[in-house]
Amino acid sequence: MKRKLNILANGIFKENPVLILILGCCSVLAISITVSGALGMGAALTFVLVGANVVISLLRKIIPDKVRIPCYIVVIATFVTIVEMVVEAFLPSLYEALGVFLALIVVNCIVLGRAEMFANKNTVADSFFDGLGMGIGYTVVIVAIAVFRELIGSGTIWGYRIIPEGYQIGIVKQTPGGFFCFGAAMALLVYFMNKKGKKFDPRIGCDGKCGNCGLGCKNQEDNAALLAASDKEAAEV
Amino acid sequence: MSGAMKMLFILFTMVFTENYVLVQFLGICPFLGVSQRFDSSIGMSGAVIFVMTLASAATWAIYTYVMVPLGLEYLSTIIFILVIAALVQFVEIVLKRYIKPLYKSLGIYLPLITTNCAVLAVTLLNISESYSFLESCVDGFAAGVGFGLALVLFCGVRKSLERAKPPKCFEGLPITLMAAALTSMTFMGFTGIAEKLFG
Repeated sequence: MKRKLNILANGIFKENPVLILILGCCSVLAISITVSGALGMGAALTFVLVGANVVISLLRKIIPDKVRIPCYIVVIATFVTIVEMVVEAFLPSLYEALGVFLALIVVNCIVLGRAEMFANKNTVADSFFDGLGMGIGYTVVIVAIAVFRELIGSGTIWGYRIIPEGYQIGIVKQTPGGFFCFGAAMALLVYFMNKKGKKFDPRIGCDGKCGNCGLGCKNQEDNAALLAASDKEAAEV
Repeated sequence: MSGAMKMLFILFTMVFTENYVLVQFLGICPFLGVSQRFDSSIGMSGAVIFVMTLASAATWAIYTYVMVPLGLEYLSTIIFILVIAALVQFVEIVLKRYIKPLYKSLGIYLPLITTNCAVLAVTLLNISESYSFLESCVDGFAAGVGFGLALVLFCGVRKSLERAKPPKCFEGLPITLMAAALTSMTFMGFTGIAEKLFG
């Protein structure tokens, strides 16, 4: 049991997917405008993560290694479609607020990353807790950023007015504010970690596992190596 | 609005006022990851423009001629991501076999864009905006150009950033995000221009 709790806590704190692993930042930046939207997005992503992790872990001995990424994508896309349908039917206002980002959970680095890094080599129960922990970790960060952006940008929290109208800084809820708040949150984390004597150097990257991020990616090194090999092959022919 | 004007309108809005990266937060991972070097920004932009245009065309045709007659619209997310993945593989094979120079410059970026969220987004938005075939292609092309513009501009910003000395806790990614905030602020200046220009 202790191991399960460790896996759960790992996703929330030590390997927080947003602030430490820096995965799936698109939706964090875009959806953190309102607290209700952020919570809905967090719940949707948690559901997909848990579902995809469990199914992929169940199938980990069946899926052939060579075509594993397409297989993962199909599993993930199935869960995303379920979420899309449920949200559209029962929470139309949330569906409106999330827009295309709900469907884009399919290509969210966190889900694919956890499938590749964790679910395909761990037991079903462990994968379940890993998905849950990662989902909660994502939700905590996106809601925290959303509280700040909604309070400063719109003067409300969960729609209740806190700062009187006319005293908002509108740019915080627009695109530049998204980048700014995310950067500031990360700088804050680095500041506190440095203060505690821990070294932490945030850099973008999916540990080479998801194919979404650009440089510094093991994936890319592999691809470059493949390219070089095929060039050599072609030259020999 | 006439046909040609509508195309110009789509082109203009997707590149400037509705820029995918700097206004709509799509494709942030490659934007932050690849913009360190100029040549990689150019390579990535080329690959994205290429794949986005092709993906828009392919998914539009599949949606209109296969999915709508069979009543499978609800499967669009699953089918589109598979179409994109297959298309990227196919393009890679064709380029490798027939157009070697292009493959050399775009090759390593192609696998990376299967899961670029901007590509899936443009195909889904084409359908929800109910664009015609030609409009979808223009939309995909323009979204790619907008992505490339943001990437190349931001690459220049990052070059100057390397010489700056931010506070210790801002070093690395945080200050890059701050710079992205300022870059996206410049794109806010385009707000409203499209409506004025195209009425």
